[in-house]
Parts: sequence; C-alpha cells; structure tokens
Amino acid sequence: MTGPALIGLVVFFLYPLCANLFYSFTNYDLASPPKWIGLRNYTYLFTQDPRVGKAALNTLWFVVILVPVRMACSLGIALLLTRRKRAAGLWRTLFYLPALVPPVASVVGFVFLFNPGAGPVNTLLRTFGLKGPLWFNDPALSKPSLLLLGVWMMGDIMVIFLAALLDVPKDQYEAAELDGAGSGSKFWYITIPNISPVVLFSAVTGVIAALQYFTEAAVASSVANGKTGIDAGADQLLGYPNDSLLTFTQWMYVQGFSSFQLGYAAAMAVVLFVIAAAVMAVLLRKAGLFRQKGA
Amino acid sequence: MNTVHTKRALAYVGEHALLIALALIFLIPVVFVVLTSFMGGHQTLTGALWPHPFEWSNYITAFRTAPLGRWFANSLLYSGASTLLMLVSSVPMAYVLAKVRFRWSGVLFFAVIIAMLLPPQVTQVPVYVMWAQLRVVGTFWPLILPHLFGNAFSIFLLRQFFLSIPNEYLDAARMDGNGEWGVLTRVVVPMAKPGIAAASIFMFFQCWNDYYGPLLYTSENPDRWTIAYGLASFHGAHSTDWGVIMAVTALATLPVVLVFFFAQRTFVEGITLTGVKG
Repeated sequence: MTGPALIGLVVFFLYPLCANLFYSFTNYDLASPPKWIGLRNYTYLFTQDPRVGKAALNTLWFVVILVPVRMACSLGIALLLTRRKRAAGLWRTLFYLPALVPPVASVVGFVFLFNPGAGPVNTLLRTFGLKGPLWFNDPALSKPSLLLLGVWMMGDIMVIFLAALLDVPKDQYEAAELDGAGSGSKFWYITIPNISPVVLFSAVTGVIAALQYFTEAAVASSVANGKTGIDAGADQLLGYPNDSLLTFTQWMYVQGFSSFQLGYAAAMAVVLFVIAAAVMAVLLRKAGLFRQKGA
Repeated sequence: MNTVHTKRALAYVGEHALLIALALIFLIPVVFVVLTSFMGGHQTLTGALWPHPFEWSNYITAFRTAPLGRWFANSLLYSGASTLLMLVSSVPMAYVLAKVRFRWSGVLFFAVIIAMLLPPQVTQVPVYVMWAQLRVVGTFWPLILPHLFGNAFSIFLLRQFFLSIPNEYLDAARMDGNGEWGVLTRVVVPMAKPGIAAASIFMFFQCWNDYYGPLLYTSENPDRWTIAYGLASFHGAHSTDWGVIMAVTALATLPVVLVFFFAQRTFVEGITLTGVKG
C-alpha cells in the first residue's frame, strides 16, 4: 500500500538529496556531463560571488523580521477572535481569506496599491496632507512593503493559533481567576505555556518558508520595475530596486535554471539544506510534536 | 459594581472597535483592486479612488489581449490532475502510517516530515536534471506526475485525520474478513471524508497558486502557462494599464474565493488540524 509513496520518497527526495551533494562538487551545464571540480563552487560561493551575500542578507531579513512580526500579528488577531461568540465564522473567514488569494495576485495588487505616483495608498496619504514614500521602488522600503503584504496574508498561522487557543482548558483560567490573576498574568502563565508547541511549530515552519522566500519578492521586483517576468537573461531585473529584493533562492534559480550553472546551484542548495536542517533539528528536539501517537 | 460594569462595557466596545478597524484594513486592498479594475486607463494614472464612469471594458480587454481561457484551463488541468493523483497515493500511505504498526513506521514517518519541511529547492537541481533528461521540460509532466507518488504534506494531513478514527471500527472490519485494502476503502475512507476533502482542497489551491513550478518547467512554453504565471508576466506588456492588470488580478482570485465560499466548513476543519494535534 505504501508502494507509490515510497517510490516517490526515493525518486523525488532521497535520491535527489544525495545527487545534489555530488553535483555541488562539479561543473555542470546540462549539455555536457558533470565535471568534478572539488570545492571550487563552495570557495566561489563564500569568497567571490558578488551578489550571493546580498541575497543571503535579504533572506535573513525575512527570517528575522517577517517571521516574528507575522506571528505576533496572527496571535494578536487570534486572541481577539477567541472571544467572539457571535458570528465567529464570519470573523475568522474575513481574516483568513487573504491567505487564500494567489500570492502572485496579492503581490501585483499590493505593488499597484503602493505605487508611488497614483496608487490609492499614497492618494489617501495625500488627502491627509502627507507625502507618501516610494514603497516598492525605494530600496530601503521594498522589504518593509513586502512585510505589510506578509502580515495581510497571515491567515494560515492565525487559524492554527486560534485552534490552539480554543483548546486551552477553561478550568485553568477559572482557577487562576480565583487566585486573583489579572489578564496579563493569565496570558503569560496559562495561555503561552499551553500554546507553546504550536508557537514553536509555526516559528519553525515560518523560518523554513522564509528561507525559501521567492514568489513574492520575485514578482514584486518585476512588477515594480514595470518589466516582464524573470525569464532567461533577465537576471539584472532581479531584486529591483538595487538588489533589495534579491533572495537566496532567486539567486539560486538564476544560477541554476537561467544561467545553467547547475553545479553552483547545487552548492547553494547544500548551504540551504544545512541551515534548514539545523532549524528542523531544534523543532524535532524541543517540541516532540511528531511523536507517534495512537498508532 | 457599577464601575465593573462600565469597565466591561468599555472593554467590549474597545475590542469591537479594534476588530472592525482591523477588518476594514484587511478588506481595503481587495476593495481597491476591484474598484481599479473598473477604471479607464487614464483614470488609474490620476490617483482617483472611485471609478468614474464604471467601465467593464478592462475585463473585455483582458480577455482580448491575453489567452485567459487557456491559462485558466491549464491551471485547472494542473491542479485537478495533481489532486487526483495525490489522493491515489497519499491516502494509502497515510493510512499505513496512522493505523498499521510495523518495524520501520517511525523512520518512514520521520522521512515524510523531513520531506515536507525541507525547502523544495534543496533537491531542485537533480529533480530538474531528471526531467530535462526525460525531455519533458515545457510540459505539465514535471508538475503533475510527482503527485502520483505521494505528497508529503497531504500524507501528514491525512494521517492526522485517520488517527482520530477509533481502532475498534477497523478491528471489527478485519474480523469480518477484510484485508487492509478493504478496511481502508470500506471503513476509513468513508469515515474520513471531511479530511480527504480538506486535503484535496489544499492540494488544489497549492497548485492553483503555484508560481515557482510553472516558472521552472513551463515558462518557455506559453501554451502551458497557468493563470498564476500568466498574471505575473501579463503586466510587462501592459505596464501602465493598471485597470486591465487589476481586472486580470481580480479574475485570477475569483475562482479561489468561489471555491472557498462553497467549501468553507471543510476548509476550516482542515486548517484547524494542520499539524497541530498529534
């Protein structure tokens, strides 16, 4: 019964994982067979590649800023929603729906809304007498603009938090109230410990997702730039403005599938693997989330 | 007593005011995208917030200038076929992981989790090479076929659902002379219909919204563009005509909202089980 899925695991996961390590020590362009070059891909990656450092820093920004901010906002909204008895479904739907909108559509929409000239956001700011910034066209604000989009699309985390919050045993709150606990201490001493496995779970999945941050940044760059997508030969358009939106996986995409430096892309994949695996090790250690139960 | 009441009332009003304000902020982007899609080309450049006059022409232009029908059909094919194939393979695997004890079940489950969590880019190069050597880059095969061999996230989600089915039902079916296949198809699948529906919807939307896959495998063959990829490439040719671009954006979102509207309950049920409860 597990046959097909086992084949899938081997063909699309275990084998490529090993093969990737091999490719990372080679020079490979798909046209001729891979040529062994030892560690040269790695030395180029860590010491010479002009744009990989910028790409890694941008990715780090999304890991360090986007993930916690999204989690804090979703927890805040989930807390507000747990107390809604009337029309609870309507409220949930409302805050969840943006998470369903195709990411490409959300990005295109946001770049238009925040378009410096005639975008509705700056038009609104103008009616209050404020001069709106350049948003996606300003290297200093392009990442924060994507952060706004990320918060808007936080519904997936919000629903998970909501489910966890609704699961916290009511009698613990009642006992604390009898002891005279205020809402602040109830939150810290009851809510947080009860939902901490879920917080950890969403932190780790969030970090893993941020490490592969691609679609939103790539589409925002090309739409804000007013040019076509990131087709072959369009490397220079990536990361607009001024490489501020170039992420690690975008640079890997360009190296591997636009310039066909597959060996080098494989070396980048190894680096990504090491970081993602370290993050996951923390999860599997701490949470025990995936312990076998009920089998 | 009175102050307590006033305090409660104030808190109630304050919370609702906050929620309503937040809800408006969440709705505003959608409202403006839809409004702009009814504006004439010159109007979108003037910073107008309300369309005057209301024009449908952007939608007509959108269908005239881009093969929207084909993009939608391609998205439907990619998402529908992937979902069907996923069910064929992931349901049995999830069942085995949830309900059958055997020596390597722990290791297998661990492998599924790792495959689910690791970024797909980690294995992208060899997988791409594989498809390139099979000469199918530019077709839907690299996007659809892997699902015939299971999808880690779906397996995980389905397993969580199957765990909640009491073992007594399964044992009873086994006593009646059913093999594992019989137990799965006659007992587990009927009882886990909401879970299977949720996993299917997730899979469908994941493919519908996918940008990276089509970019990687079908971007050089415009006949195989999906709506998500097509939309991202559309603005290039119409870079200033925001009205038309917003019309296409609204059209790309519409099916998702419609499906959600009709499958709301299943959706919420599925989401609340996403990896939280063991």
